[in-house]
Amino acid sequence: MSRLQVVSGKGGTGKTTVAAALALALATEGKRTLLVEVEGRQGIAQLFETEALPYEERKIAVAPGGGEVFALAIDPELALLDYLQMFYKLGGAGRALKKLGAIDFATTIAPGLRDVLLTGKACEAVRRKDRSGRFVYDYVVMDAPPTGRITRFLNVNDEVAGLAKIGPIHNQAQAVMRVLKSPETSVHLVTLLEEMPVQETADGIAELRAARLPVGRVIVNMVRPEVLDAADLELVRTVERSSVAQALSAAGLGGARRGGNAEKLVDPLLEQAAEYAERYTLEQEQRAVLGELGLPLHELPLLAEGIDLAGLYELATELRKQGLS
Amino acid sequence: MSPDPAEASETAEGPEKGRRLSPARVLDVDPLLDDPKTRIVVCCGAGGVGKTTTAAALGLRAAERGRKVVVLTIDPAKRLAQSMGIDSLDNVPRRVKGTEGDGELHAMMLDMKRTFDEVVEAHADPERAAAILANPFYQSLSAGFAGTQEYMAMEKLGQLRARDEWDLIVVDTPPSRSALDFLDAPKRLGSFLDGRLIRLLTAPAKLGGRAGMAFLNVGMSMMTGTLGKLLGGQLLKDVQTFVAAMDTTFGGFRTRADATYKLLQAPGTAFLVVAAPERDALREAAYFVERLAAEDMPLMGLVLNRVHGSGAGRLSAERALAAAENLEEPRIVDQGNGKAGLRNSPDTYGSSQSPASETAAIASEEGSPADTERSVDRLTAGLLRLHADRMQLLSREQRTRDRFTARHPEVAVVEVPALPGDVHDLAGLRDIGERLATGRPDPT
Repeated sequence: MSRLQVVSGKGGTGKTTVAAALALALATEGKRTLLVEVEGRQGIAQLFETEALPYEERKIAVAPGGGEVFALAIDPELALLDYLQMFYKLGGAGRALKKLGAIDFATTIAPGLRDVLLTGKACEAVRRKDRSGRFVYDYVVMDAPPTGRITRFLNVNDEVAGLAKIGPIHNQAQAVMRVLKSPETSVHLVTLLEEMPVQETADGIAELRAARLPVGRVIVNMVRPEVLDAADLELVRTVERSSVAQALSAAGLGGARRGGNAEKLVDPLLEQAAEYAERYTLEQEQRAVLGELGLPLHELPLLAEGIDLAGLYELATELRKQGLS
Repeated sequence: MSPDPAEASETAEGPEKGRRLSPARVLDVDPLLDDPKTRIVVCCGAGGVGKTTTAAALGLRAAERGRKVVVLTIDPAKRLAQSMGIDSLDNVPRRVKGTEGDGELHAMMLDMKRTFDEVVEAHADPERAAAILANPFYQSLSAGFAGTQEYMAMEKLGQLRARDEWDLIVVDTPPSRSALDFLDAPKRLGSFLDGRLIRLLTAPAKLGGRAGMAFLNVGMSMMTGTLGKLLGGQLLKDVQTFVAAMDTTFGGFRTRADATYKLLQAPGTAFLVVAAPERDALREAAYFVERLAAEDMPLMGLVLNRVHGSGAGRLSAERALAAAENLEEPRIVDQGNGKAGLRNSPDTYGSSQSPASETAAIASEEGSPADTERSVDRLTAGLLRLHADRMQLLSREQRTRDRFTARHPEVAVVEVPALPGDVHDLAGLRDIGERLATGRPDPT
């Protein structure tokens, strides 16, 4: 199991939720994981129902069996200041630079610089060891940018190619690439069983592969329960309306005769089944497309009441059951 | 004025009607689309709520009601572009064929790089334009800076409006997490490019003469030194030449962003907020509504997409589930293939269903091949469970919507039913337009 787990996905597929559930799953049985946020949205804080995360590693959850999940919201400006302090010993001048807007300026005109700072921080956490020489975190899970930008985000070498050819940023990019292209890293993509997210997933995987970045698994999120199976749907097309009316009546829903309460339910219920069937077919098609990607596929159920802390633990358990941790 | 007794008794019959917190107004899109004074309709909302489809459907409807319309889409799905009969939309408005009536529908897709290039070409002499277009900083700026897409969407809108060729422009907004980005990003980018720092960096020579700025010069040299080490001298130089070149031809980014922004406040512009009945999307919509009010921008209403309904709204989720269990219960024991066991119905609610199970028992004793009956029962139980899911979804959507309505009772709302599949053709778009215009009848 790779120690750096990068989670990406099309916007709206729930990649932050999956990343958080994965961090919980990996922490189970006494492990320690770090969940990293790079886009400054405070999505992790919302999920774990805590206040906004500062730029420091902070424990946000415990996992079954005594594990711990830490979280970090990386702020690229502060990360850059750290760097400058480390390499140029700026002292108070660093604050002056920030005040003048130079830090914001630098990370804005050079998006590559921003990305290398973000990935750099995550890679540093992966490699960090304590005094006894053990890794501080067993796993680092990154809630990464969406599929459309993930390859560029991770391929920092190319990104900083236009920047200074020497100096700490350049060295940093080299070090980051060594981690990201190694088996230590695994990039997972979250999708839904819908046409657009599936298409984007396929495109994203092709790009990641072309950039020689290690693609991990595809996680299908928010999968609806199978209420009717293929055999049921076959029967829906041929079933006699009157026999459905009789069954409804037998279940205590009124009269089966024309105009009876049970009889009046038949049409709307069959119509709902037809809608279900249409979606079922679309979902099966998308499953088939995903199956051709040649990657391990995992499915997480749709939680009807939306995601809360309990739901997050539920998803983490599901991920463990499916062998993701 | 007195309430119709028949109406009252119907309300009593359908419990879901009483529960419903109706919006103050139902949004009526037709008068808005027909009004010759409406010149721009902006569809905004968080990503993934069907903004582009809504924009296209509104455009088609307006065109078929006789107006000459252009729809500016930002990032349409291939399917949607094809539904307008255009395989690849580009930066030029193309006439959509197959519309009915006297109006015209044109569609285009924003190409932000191309639009930026055009702005440069329109404002600089060929030589200078070529220099700007070749500048590496310009290239990364126009290809995908945070905010460039929004900035260029506004720019394009301004251009279309200035040409005055269309009666109505329908604009889709870029897919961003926050609907507010459409309003904020252009200004942010504009101020950045016009900002104090970029000026200081790019024109340090001008400052030399002013004695009071001497301390700044020390700061400047440290800053350019540090930035140079980080970014490389070349990038800074590129930025410098780019800003200088743009300045002389273009007259400042912020001024330009401000001018387009004003267009959004002008009479004739209408905003439609698009959302789905989900917590996050509606929270985003509420932010946007509040922001529009603060900016004096005219909000026409909320389009609530993908709302579910049911033709059997009177059968509650609870009753449907109980009935499903009734159908499955007596037969679990004798069902050989174990299918029923999979349909987790571990709980029985005991006495409440006894009269029903009696009928079920009687029914099962009557003739007909037991197998067929069993599979019909199984199917019917499935239909009832499907219905229970639907009713639970309905009530969740209702609660979410009510939260919005309670906070913003002044906002007119139109609900558009969820479609099981994608839109494939003009007929599909027309159908959505129809639903947009008529609103959803109550699910009774």
